[in-house]
Amino acid sequence: MTTSLRKWDSDPVLTVEHLTMRFGGLVAVNDLSFSVGRGDITALIGPNGAGKTTVFNCITGFYKPTTGMMSMRPRDGSVHLLERLPDFIVARKAKVARTFQNIRLFSGMTLLENLLVAQHNPLMIASGMTILGVLGIGGYKAKEREAIERARYWLDKIGLSGRADDPAGDLPYGAQRRLEIARAMCTGPDLLCLDEPAAGLNPRESAELNSLLLSIREQDGTSILLIEHDMSVVMGISDHVVVLEYGTKIADGTPTETRNDPRVIAAYLGVDDEEVEEIEHELDEVTGSEGGRA
Amino acid sequence: MSSVVKSKDRAGIDFGRALKDGVIIGIIAFALLGPLVGLKTDQNMANELILQNRLGLAAILSVIVGVGRFLLSAFVYPWIAARGNRSKAAVTLAELEARARVTRGLSITGLIFLFVYPILIISLFGVQGSIKWVDNYGVQILIYVMLGWGLNIVIGLAGLLDLGYVAFYAVGAYSYALLAINFHLSFWVLLPVAGILAAFWGIILGFPVLRLRGDYLAIVTLAFGEIIRLVLINWKDFSGGSAGISSIPKVTMFGIYSFDVSAPNNFAKAFHLAASSAYYKVFLYYLILLLALLTAFITIRLRRLPIGRAWEALREDEVACRSLGINTTNTKLTAFAIGAMFGGFAGSFFAARQGFVSPESFIFMESAVIVAIVVLGGMGSMIGVALAAVAMIGGTELLRELDFLKLVFGKDFNPDQYRMLLFGLAMVIIMVWKPRGFVSARQPTAFLFKRKTVSGDLVKEGHG
Repeated sequence: MTTSLRKWDSDPVLTVEHLTMRFGGLVAVNDLSFSVGRGDITALIGPNGAGKTTVFNCITGFYKPTTGMMSMRPRDGSVHLLERLPDFIVARKAKVARTFQNIRLFSGMTLLENLLVAQHNPLMIASGMTILGVLGIGGYKAKEREAIERARYWLDKIGLSGRADDPAGDLPYGAQRRLEIARAMCTGPDLLCLDEPAAGLNPRESAELNSLLLSIREQDGTSILLIEHDMSVVMGISDHVVVLEYGTKIADGTPTETRNDPRVIAAYLGVDDEEVEEIEHELDEVTGSEGGRA
Repeated sequence: MSSVVKSKDRAGIDFGRALKDGVIIGIIAFALLGPLVGLKTDQNMANELILQNRLGLAAILSVIVGVGRFLLSAFVYPWIAARGNRSKAAVTLAELEARARVTRGLSITGLIFLFVYPILIISLFGVQGSIKWVDNYGVQILIYVMLGWGLNIVIGLAGLLDLGYVAFYAVGAYSYALLAINFHLSFWVLLPVAGILAAFWGIILGFPVLRLRGDYLAIVTLAFGEIIRLVLINWKDFSGGSAGISSIPKVTMFGIYSFDVSAPNNFAKAFHLAASSAYYKVFLYYLILLLALLTAFITIRLRRLPIGRAWEALREDEVACRSLGINTTNTKLTAFAIGAMFGGFAGSFFAARQGFVSPESFIFMESAVIVAIVVLGGMGSMIGVALAAVAMIGGTELLRELDFLKLVFGKDFNPDQYRMLLFGLAMVIIMVWKPRGFVSARQPTAFLFKRKTVSGDLVKEGHG
C-alpha cells in the first residue's frame, strides 16, 4: 500500500470519516473512513451482513450514525454534513439520490408519473407551493412540460419510452431496476447511491446496466457509489473499490489492488486466519512485481 | 396438468364426485347426529330416566346434510371456481378503457341529472311534496358526497386512515353556529372562516399524530374525534353542552333575499309565491351541490399538481418519497388540512341547514359511515365515492319507505328497525363482490402518448 494521495482523496464528492453505527449491542459499522471521488464509480463490496446497506442508510439520512462525520460537496461548491440532515434534505439540498435493494417504485403510478414525482421540489416551487397552481396562475404548465421532457430523456436512456404510460408495477424486474435508477437521476443528484443494482439481472441486462452507469457518469457528471455482489459489474466499471467485513474496512483501492488483496480473498472465500497468512505469503511472492505498480 | 383441470372446469359438473362427497358427508353427519339427536334422555311418568329413540329424525337430518353437500359440490363450488378463474384472468387494457369510458359518461349524465333534479321533483310532486325528496334525499346525500370527497383526499389519495373525520365536520358546524349567533356574521363570510378553522384543527391534530402509521394513526384520530365531541358536551358555557345550540341563522341568498318567514325581503313574498319551506330546501340543494362540485374541482386540480402526485406517491411508498427529497410530514399535513377544510365547509352548511347543532350529530358512527363511503366507492375515485354515498345514504333513507314489507311479514313488522341489518348485509355483499370498491381503476395524472387506465390491482391502499 502506498501513502501517496489518491485521486479520490484529492477531490472527493463525499468523505466519510470515522463512521460508527451501533444497534444496541451490535456494531454494524465500525470506524469506517473512505472517500468517493468526484466523477468516479465507487463500489462498496463485502460479504452478506458486512454493513454495506447500513452505510448507505447513514449516508442518505435514513439512519442517524452513532458517531462519525460525512461531508458531501455538491457541484455548486456548498458543503453539507449529512449526519445532521433529515433524509429528505439529504436528497433535496445535498444532492444525494439512492435506490433500494428491494425495489421501491410507485407501482400503481405510470412510469412518467414516477419520474415526475422525483422532480417534486422544483415543480412545487413552479406551482407556487400549490396555491398559484390551483388558481391556474403562474408558469406551472411550462415547467411541467419541461419536467416531462426531462422524464422523456431518461425514459429514452433506459429504453422504456414506449412504456411511458404503463403502470410501473407491470414492468419486468430488470426494467424496474432501470426505472428506479432513472427516477433517482430525475432528482438531479451529484451522488447516486445504488444498492445492488444488478441483483436478479441476467448477464445481458447486467451489461446494459454497466453501459447505463458509465453513461450517467460521462454525460451527467454524476458520481456513483454502488453496493454490488456481481463482480462483473464491480470489476468492469468501478474506479475505486472499498471492501467491508463485519462493519470494518479491510481494503480500499483500485479494482486490481483489491482483487488481489489476500484479506479480501479470505473474506469472500472464508479461510482460516492461518491460511490467510499463508496466502499472503504466497501472493507476495507471485505479485511482487505488481505490488510496486500500485 | 393445468389443461386437465381446465377441461374439467369446462365440462362443468362432475356428478360422480359430488355424489361421493354427498354420501360421505351424509355418513359422517349420521355418525355425529346419531348419538346427539338420535338418542334423547327423558323422564317417564314414574320419574325414571328413559332413552328415547329418534334415529329416524337423525337419519332425515343426515340426508338433508348429504343432499346439501351434493348440491354444493355439484353446482356451487364449480360456479365459485369458474368465477375465481375469470376474475383472476388479467383484465385487458381495452376492458379497463371501456369501464373508464362508462365512468366518464356516467359522471356527465349524473351532473346534468343533479342540476335538473329539483325541477324534476317539483314538477312531479308539486312544491310542497318536493320537500322530502329534495331535503331528505338530495341535500342529505350531497352532504355525504362532499364529506366523502373531502375524506377521499386523506384516505384515498394520501393513504392516511383517518377515523376522526367527523371532528372537523363538528368544528365547521360549531364555528358557524357560534360566530353567526354571537357576532351576527353572514353565512358567506363564515363559510371560509369555518373551513380555515377546520384546516387549522387539522394541522394541530396532524403535527403530533402524523408520525404514527397504520393502526396507530387510526386509533389516535378516532380518539381525537371523541375528544372534540366530549369537549362539546362538557364545556357548557362555550357550546351549550349536550343541549346544543338552536336557532342558528339561515343562509341568505347573498343578502338579497332571506328565507326567514318574518323578514321583509322574504324570497316567497318577493316573488309573490305561496309561503313554503320548499324554496329554502331547493336553494340549499343547489348550495351544497355547488360546494360539493367545488370540492371535486379542487381535488381534480390538486391531483394534477405536484402535491397531488406526492400524496399518491406517499400512499404507494413513503420511504421512496423521502429518498426523492419529499418532505413527507408537510405533505401529509397538507392532505390532512385540505381534507379537514372541506369537512369544515360541509359542517357549516350542515349547521345552517339544520338550524340546530348538538354533539349528538358528531358521533363516531358518522366517521364510520364516511370512511365506509370512501372505501366502498374505491379509494381515490371521485365518481365511485359519489355512487357509494348515494347507495349508503340514499339506501338507508329508502329503507324507511319499505312499508310494503308489512304485507309480507305482518302488521308488527317495522322495516325501520332492520335498516342497519340490511345495510350491513349489503355492505358485506358489495365487499365480496367488489373488494376494491365500485371504481378501483386509477386514472394517471399525466401522460406522454396516451392516457391509459391503471388497473386497481397495482394501486396500493397505503399503510397509514
